[in-house]
Amino acid sequence: MTVRGSAILVAAVAALALSQAAPAPAAEAAKPDRQSWSFQGPFGHYDRAQLQRGLKVYREVCQACHGLKLVAFRNLAETGGPEFSEGQVKTIASEYKIQDGPNDKGEMFERDGRPSDRFPSPDANEQAARARFNGSYPPDLSVIAKARSYEVGLPGALADFFRQYQEHGPDYLQALLTGYQEPPAGVTLPDGQYWNKYFPGNRIAMSQPLQDGQVSYTDGTPEKLDQYARDVSAFLMWAAEPHLEQRKRIGFQVMIFLIIFAGLMYFTKKKVWADAH
Amino acid sequence: MSELNLKNPVLRWFEARLPIMSFMHHSFVTYPTPRNLNYWWTFGGILTVMLIIQIITGIVLVMHYTPTTADAFNSVEHIMRDVNYGWLIRYVHSNGASMFFIAVYIHIFRGLYYGSYKDPREVLWILGVIILLLMMATAFMGYVLPWGQMSFWGATVITNLFSAIPGVGQAVVTWLWGGYSVDNPTLQRFFALHYLLPFVIFGVVILHIWALHHVGQNNPTGIDVKSNKDTVPFTPYAATKDNFALILFLMFFAYFVFYIPNYLGHADNYIPANPLQTPVHIVPEWYLLPFYAILRAIPSKLGGVVAMFASILVLVFVPWLDTSKVRSARYRPMYKQFFWILVICCIGLGYLGAKPAEGVYVIAARILTFYYFLHFLVILPLLGYLEKPKNVPPSIADSVLKGRESDPMPARAGARR
Repeated sequence: MTVRGSAILVAAVAALALSQAAPAPAAEAAKPDRQSWSFQGPFGHYDRAQLQRGLKVYREVCQACHGLKLVAFRNLAETGGPEFSEGQVKTIASEYKIQDGPNDKGEMFERDGRPSDRFPSPDANEQAARARFNGSYPPDLSVIAKARSYEVGLPGALADFFRQYQEHGPDYLQALLTGYQEPPAGVTLPDGQYWNKYFPGNRIAMSQPLQDGQVSYTDGTPEKLDQYARDVSAFLMWAAEPHLEQRKRIGFQVMIFLIIFAGLMYFTKKKVWADAH
Repeated sequence: MSELNLKNPVLRWFEARLPIMSFMHHSFVTYPTPRNLNYWWTFGGILTVMLIIQIITGIVLVMHYTPTTADAFNSVEHIMRDVNYGWLIRYVHSNGASMFFIAVYIHIFRGLYYGSYKDPREVLWILGVIILLLMMATAFMGYVLPWGQMSFWGATVITNLFSAIPGVGQAVVTWLWGGYSVDNPTLQRFFALHYLLPFVIFGVVILHIWALHHVGQNNPTGIDVKSNKDTVPFTPYAATKDNFALILFLMFFAYFVFYIPNYLGHADNYIPANPLQTPVHIVPEWYLLPFYAILRAIPSKLGGVVAMFASILVLVFVPWLDTSKVRSARYRPMYKQFFWILVICCIGLGYLGAKPAEGVYVIAARILTFYYFLHFLVILPLLGYLEKPKNVPPSIADSVLKGRESDPMPARAGARR
């Protein structure tokens, strides 16, 4: 393509990026730092051990208030995820009570979970959760890593296009979990509100959920807040996008195919047109 | 009708009763195309392929989707998680809509640059404007179907526009919603129409191609085909070129689908719709942003709605608003400048559509909206009288074979040997 042509292409991409530079909800919230994630970039893949640790953090801490209702226990054994063994998944599932029924007497009953079940939510419904949490509703975490973002501005959005950076969600989650602070002087928070540097509006109804040493790791990974936040954010990214590895792998194959096809087509076209001018 | 020579007796028997094979042969094999068509002319074929991709992926999605407010969001997640390659089908469909609009906007600006709307192609052009309107309606209703926050609030904002109609506005909105707010009946009718309209588009596309094949293609010089030296048969010439361009476009498409599938979407649409909680900023999809900017630029609600629809309808009148005898901007030095200013104006409106309607953004949007209409209603008619066109080559063959003037839209292939 000529210089002018490429300039137009760049302008078109820039126009797209412009439209993506739209402001995310932001009061005076700080911008999260970019983390280095194993699953970013064209060959990105999840770190199995990290996802397994993240699940542990979810089960020991987050699960008390937040559901994960779109994820099934069987997903934990699938390729491209934490890749637990079938046996481990059965054990994890059996540690949950699932409401089932009605049985042949017309009654609902509780039974042990099976791999085909989905994670049960901690509250029966939104109203029950709000009643328990003073009017606040802890959101379900199944797609939270894709439902949160932050403003990147214009050159940033353009750079993200070329760098294939899509990890704004986990960046935000990691920042939020580590962003608790004392409120600035002059601000008094009512009961049940906490100050978080990264939360839009800064006043968050969730108290700091993770502290150093709260969850024990068996693989020697540091038991630090920063590490917990990182692990559970990675886990939630997997929960939101369980086929990410397959997507990137197939994408690479499709690209190779299209590049070869384009090359063949280019020379075919060139030969066809050779006698036309 | 053509030189199609069928040897197979069964085919000959069939052809005598329904001459569809000679029709296809005539339309897509021997059909003469101007020999100087550049790569900007490949987007018509690309758009046809995009429409087919959208229809096929859409039909598969419908097999797994549930159009009720209680289940829509979760059924989309079911597609993403449990349906085999469901993530692929959905990401192709959602990014495909964006690719469709990228291609259609390039296609429209190509038409504006080379004067493809002028006599005898007015009907061809107007059919194109109808397709654009149908595409916008289809895309908007498709965005509502996942029933996320942006789906719900986008639908609320856009349907509320009709309340600006004097007298009957509120009644019309209630009728559109099928109730007193955007709710289950709204979702179900949007789903029904989102399934229907692509086939309506398909029908208008057939008319568009029919009109094109009847009047013949325009070309970068904008002069008419005079002899068969000016043309080459569609197959293999245009076919190989269109296919090469299509594959490059598919690479661009695949980059989005496989590597940044949510780049063009909004994170808020992964939050299930909640009628009690308004998002901080309600933003439509990127391809509707310029029109959204025009809507918000006008201080009155009715005025904004009128301006937004007028910004598309004005295109219908372009064949008569442009008074120049010369088609191609290649030979129109002043129009060429104004064309690029219009392109920048539209990109600017798109940027402002994504910004909150406050302060300097509103003023900028008003200036650009004013300029948008100024271009079509004042500049375009005046240029025909004020501008002195450059000399037009005597024939297409001459323009190709005897070197070429500088051309801002690169016409590579024609010049290569």
